[in-house]
Amino acid sequence: MKKQDEFREKVMAIYKVLIVSCIMVFLIGVLGVIYMVSPNSFSFESNKPTTKMVSVDEEDDWDKIENGIHIRTGLKDAEGLMAVVNNCTNCHSAQLVMENRMNEERWIQTIRWMQETQNLWDLGKNEKIIVDYLVTNYPIINKGRRENLNEIEWYSLDE
Amino acid sequence: MKRRHFVKRTALGSLAGLLGAEIVFGANMPENYDLLGLQDPDPFKLFGKDKEMKVLNSNPWNMEALAHQLDDRVTPNPYIFVRNNGKVPENINEKEWTLTFDGESVKEEKTFTLEELKTKFKQYTYQLTLECGGNGRREFDPPAKGNQWDIGAVFCANWTGVRLGDVLDAVGIKSDAVYIGYHGIDQHLSGDPTKASISRGVPMAKAYQDETLLAFQMNGKDIPLVHGFPLRLVCGGWPASASGKWVNRISVRNKVHDGEKMMGTAYRVPCNPVAPGEKVKDEDMCIIESMPVKSLITYPKTGAQLAEGKKLTIRGHAWAGELEVTKVYYSIDFGVTWSECNLEKPVNRLAWQHFNASIDFPKKGYYEVWARAVDANGDSQPMLVPGWNPKGYLNNACHRIAVKIV
Repeated sequence: MKKQDEFREKVMAIYKVLIVSCIMVFLIGVLGVIYMVSPNSFSFESNKPTTKMVSVDEEDDWDKIENGIHIRTGLKDAEGLMAVVNNCTNCHSAQLVMENRMNEERWIQTIRWMQETQNLWDLGKNEKIIVDYLVTNYPIINKGRRENLNEIEWYSLDE
Repeated sequence: MKRRHFVKRTALGSLAGLLGAEIVFGANMPENYDLLGLQDPDPFKLFGKDKEMKVLNSNPWNMEALAHQLDDRVTPNPYIFVRNNGKVPENINEKEWTLTFDGESVKEEKTFTLEELKTKFKQYTYQLTLECGGNGRREFDPPAKGNQWDIGAVFCANWTGVRLGDVLDAVGIKSDAVYIGYHGIDQHLSGDPTKASISRGVPMAKAYQDETLLAFQMNGKDIPLVHGFPLRLVCGGWPASASGKWVNRISVRNKVHDGEKMMGTAYRVPCNPVAPGEKVKDEDMCIIESMPVKSLITYPKTGAQLAEGKKLTIRGHAWAGELEVTKVYYSIDFGVTWSECNLEKPVNRLAWQHFNASIDFPKKGYYEVWARAVDANGDSQPMLVPGWNPKGYLNNACHRIAVKIV
């Protein structure tokens, strides 16, 4: 009986070692998978604000649209948006596009100027799409010789 | 910027060490990684600017002040407008900085280190007004192309440096010299190294003015990076684009300098007046030199509500390019009547001048306080937006603030 018990104990010990080994291999596997999916989860510095720019969220929502606005550029979501984003925001910000109000003719002149002097590529079929988007969504506002003061924030002044 | 790369590298390094692996996933980094890193989300922190400053464009960086932010007699850095044509350079080594003089009209090419400029020539400090040629562009109708500046692309700071004229004398200039043109190290927006962002200049007479400086200090400190560290050409009273930033080369030309943004429609207005929206040929456009007479009410901030019977003190600055401002008036009745403000003399030529007035309002209601400056030639600011021009320069229309008496 003693011999049988001894044998049983030995088998149990081997069995335990096997289980532990399996768990270890499994854990290493899991870690490996996590590492492959998101290498940064191993960085101890990921809590520091300086590494914030490794933003997975922004990657995921690169072209997110909220309340009719393309978040990354601030451009209005309308027909032709992505053509504008992809062709007009590489060299300068979208703000420069939005604050300039021009008609079709002057936009085309501006595009020619950018092509001749600023290394803008041939826009092909996108040119019409882009210009249509701009004149439709950012039309000219007539200001006359002088506008009223507007958007005044009133406050009390005690002298 | 360097710090970030360092963090990035150490993070990768520690990971690699931890796992004993090659940094193979470096290739999987999102392509926009550097772009995001370099386009610091907080330009105010990046350039030391006040949070209230208005950002017009983030690539290239352009931002302007609101009128009430310019109340200081000498503008501190947080309220100084930012105007870039290209990318703000990085990692400047001041100790290795040199300035080379070349061009058709130098007797021979000559290079100075920054240290030589500082030690071999007498230093001067002047308060100089710099205004963007396109300040006020947003008021033009039909709209003009470019950054839609309102009123805040102007400032007056103390600049310390050596006289460009003294340095030109040391270089040796031929008698046929007509113009100087600056070259800076800011990269073109497209990233094309063969293209200059901007390379403008001034005629020899302006180059030789006492106040035209090769400056290395602004308001008593090293020039902030975004304003041209470590060396800036400063030509007060002219479009601020004549004051080249990050300058490392000056060409002395035997003709009008033909660098980037000197030609075509850039910093030019029609030689003869045109109707709004009219097309103008390039050859009919003339280079802007001295800026026109202008003023700004910097106190109070627009929108003040005042109890009936109270006096309102207003103050602000006035400037007139190469000229002195001789009078500043205010009106609270849209120009029906004008009253004279107290006006100080400039501390030196090309510095803005300070004015103030104490105003009584006859009864309750909505008012606008308008200010109008007059220069030494008797030219006055117009109440309406002046002559339309294709690029929307030189809008010196009267500034006004809204006031309510309650």
